[in-house]
Amino acid sequence: MMANDEDRTHRPLSPEETRRRVNAGLRRRYRSERLFRFYGICSVCLGVIFLLVLFGTIIGNGYSAFRQSFVRLDIHFDPGLLDPDGGRDPEVLSAADYSLLVKAALRELVPEADSRAEKRELNGLVSSGAAFQLRDAVMADAQILGQTRSIWLPLASEVDLWIKAGLTAESAAGMLGRLSANQRAWVKRLQADQRIELHFNRAFFTSGDSREPELAGVWGATKGSFFMLLVTLLLSFPLGVAAAIYLEEFARRSWWVDVVEVNINNLAAVPSIVFGLLGLAVFINFFGLPRSAPLVGGLVLTLMTLPVVIIASRAAIKAVPPSVREAALGIGASQMQMVFHHVLPLAMPGMLTGAIIGMARALGESAPLLMIGMVAFIVDVPSGPMSPSTALPVQIYLWADSPERAFVERTSAAIMVLLAFLLVMNASAVWLRSRFERRW
Amino acid sequence: MRLPTLLLILAAMVLAAFFLGRQRALSLARPAGGVRSLHSLPKYYGYYAALGAIVPGVALLLMWAAFSDSLITSRVVASLPEALRNQPEAQLNLTLNDIRNLAAGQMFDESRRAEFAVAADLYNSLREASRKILAGLIVALSFSGFALTWFQLRPQFRARNRVEAAVRFMLVLASLLAIVTTIGILLSVSFEAFRFFRQVPVSEFLFGLSWSPQTAIRADQVGSSGAFGAVPLFVGTLLISGIALLVAVPIGLMIAIYLSEYARPRLRRIVKPVLEVLAGIPTVVYGYFAALTVAPMIRLAGQQLGLEVASEAALGAGLVMGIMIIPFVSSLSDDAINAVPQAMRDGSFALGATRSETIKRVVLPAALPGIVGGVLLAASRAIGETMIVVMAAGLSANLSFNPLESVTTVTVQIVTLLVGDQEFDSPKTLAAFALGLMLFIVTLILNIIALQVVRRYREQYE
Repeated sequence: MMANDEDRTHRPLSPEETRRRVNAGLRRRYRSERLFRFYGICSVCLGVIFLLVLFGTIIGNGYSAFRQSFVRLDIHFDPGLLDPDGGRDPEVLSAADYSLLVKAALRELVPEADSRAEKRELNGLVSSGAAFQLRDAVMADAQILGQTRSIWLPLASEVDLWIKAGLTAESAAGMLGRLSANQRAWVKRLQADQRIELHFNRAFFTSGDSREPELAGVWGATKGSFFMLLVTLLLSFPLGVAAAIYLEEFARRSWWVDVVEVNINNLAAVPSIVFGLLGLAVFINFFGLPRSAPLVGGLVLTLMTLPVVIIASRAAIKAVPPSVREAALGIGASQMQMVFHHVLPLAMPGMLTGAIIGMARALGESAPLLMIGMVAFIVDVPSGPMSPSTALPVQIYLWADSPERAFVERTSAAIMVLLAFLLVMNASAVWLRSRFERRW
Repeated sequence: MRLPTLLLILAAMVLAAFFLGRQRALSLARPAGGVRSLHSLPKYYGYYAALGAIVPGVALLLMWAAFSDSLITSRVVASLPEALRNQPEAQLNLTLNDIRNLAAGQMFDESRRAEFAVAADLYNSLREASRKILAGLIVALSFSGFALTWFQLRPQFRARNRVEAAVRFMLVLASLLAIVTTIGILLSVSFEAFRFFRQVPVSEFLFGLSWSPQTAIRADQVGSSGAFGAVPLFVGTLLISGIALLVAVPIGLMIAIYLSEYARPRLRRIVKPVLEVLAGIPTVVYGYFAALTVAPMIRLAGQQLGLEVASEAALGAGLVMGIMIIPFVSSLSDDAINAVPQAMRDGSFALGATRSETIKRVVLPAALPGIVGGVLLAASRAIGETMIVVMAAGLSANLSFNPLESVTTVTVQIVTLLVGDQEFDSPKTLAAFALGLMLFIVTLILNIIALQVVRRYREQYE
């Protein structure tokens, strides 16, 4: 190990001399052994620490978004304001200005706010979504007109952040600086009156995107992702399985099959954004499909996940032992019958596992979707694969770009939702594998 | 008739064809001595009849989908008044978009409604007619296809062989899709890229030192003439990928070595999947992490040390990208290390080498080709990575090797050039495709080399 030229004498060394020389080097060698091992442990720890920090940051930033501050206001559904003619015409009712009700209720609680500026500050405490909530209440039940109800309404995102930060003066100055002294005093008073509470944030799971953080939700993006994955699954699974069957069971080795194989392996490693360029040039510009549609996203993701599905399906088919095939052929099945009646059912769990892993990859993909216009700001929840929508990872990207501070916690919360979906998908793949995997 | 109803009708016809075909086979067999006198199982006659019903219908549907819209559009264009028809192509496309929006009853500039109303009506009526014709043709074609197969059925008819040949043909088609995709990428991207190179010379694109893709929109506008020298982008991409590899290769390699040579099986069983979670996290999450947590941290650290750090420093994006590709490097290195035969280690131990000496002088040299292949694959992934750099790297094309400065990458520029509305003949938009072509070629070369290296190496010890 440590031969240098001067030591190479023709005479063999005496055993004592050999032992002396080896011992002299041992300490150094053992030290470098320990050091090397230590580097290894460090690297493993670093990897795990990165993961923990990543999850810690996201959960630490995001858990608070699942709760939202609400204020209890005594809303008087004044028919004079909402329906001056008294006709109870749904069109008139839906066009009425419900923010007036919120303003009136607030003024009752804080009568000292007289000046225009003060009134504006006061009204700014409650989210602009409160009016829609009241309208929905009236549209659902017109009997409510003329009555006074105690209703929980969402607060504006700045107030929400401050309440979550503990209502201290430092948190107000440090993180926001957007609430005036008046506003802070009013919020504290409402808090003392037990009119402010943190409730589960239902809007986050049931509504689409919004410019107002307290009204924005992931449901629209989730549905968009769902339609996209549906298209991807319906196309890439049958096509991938068919391609795998042909390559494993029917194709004879030839240069042509080699070309197909090299192609599949390369496609699996092509940057995803290139698939986005393909989608833009072919599906949108050439075939004229609509931008922002989950259908186009699904087509692009199909091309992207196809290699993954093919590779996994081929492995699953390869794992079926030849004896099964020989037995089927031996009792007179045709090759096609052998494949579809015997090999395919036995390989199915492995193929499904591959498909789920491919779908999980497709669910987290956002770069190609940026190319085909799924980054638009879309409020409506999509109703089908042709209606404009966005996808969960793209929604995360959009929110991460928003300047409002309240979107930070929502972005993290949306990431948690996305990771939860990925966890479920990967766990089901693992379960499927362990439940149905057969060792031959 | 809407598409879903049409598909439902088609499905019903196919189902009916299957049962009728099977029934026909059975009734043909009865006088000839029962089912056993049939060449194939009865269901194959059903499949054959169903194929006869579905193939012509679907073929027509696909052709219709590909061509009907352009036919309708050309009819609508022909009906437009002279002044509108003779617009340049980009303007004409905008006009057509307006007409389509009006026809669909969507948002429309009220002032121009009258101008396009006739065209929109024509568009709608043509589409309606097209749908009706399509529905009628499909039903007729499916029925005649079925009738044709019906008269072919005999007890001796080799239905199974025919059906299997058709299925086999479909399997071949599915396996060709991978090639079609590659060709599609090459053709579509290089087509737009060549249009770009007609306006901007290749040499300027490849060797130019300044990148500012903002071109003048009107001819009389001053300034911002547009510069398309992509060298700053290439340098930025290399810088960020280089940082990523500097992070990922040592850590990933040491993880692979530790887990395969030192760790007990139990630790390995726990740690390996935990680290693979890193590979499963969407890149947009890494991008968010880089922009929100890592970049401010680096800036703070830089301020402590008295360094000038840009807010979108290359270092932040590179570090996080490095974390992302750690599992990639470690799992490929793991494969390479495990493929080294145990006999080589035993030989080294027998000579008195310590574990680390064995690893450094025997295992790693033997596994080197596999590891190099893995690193090349990781590099290609780093070069093509988009979301992390879009969210954490800058937009300004600085020609700089300083990791504390803000640089931009090829993928960032593709995204910024193509997100939002764009005109499809300006060099600004087409430049994105030229960059995409470069990206595709570079990653393709890296992948091919890497896959070859890995494969050749694997065969060596098997």
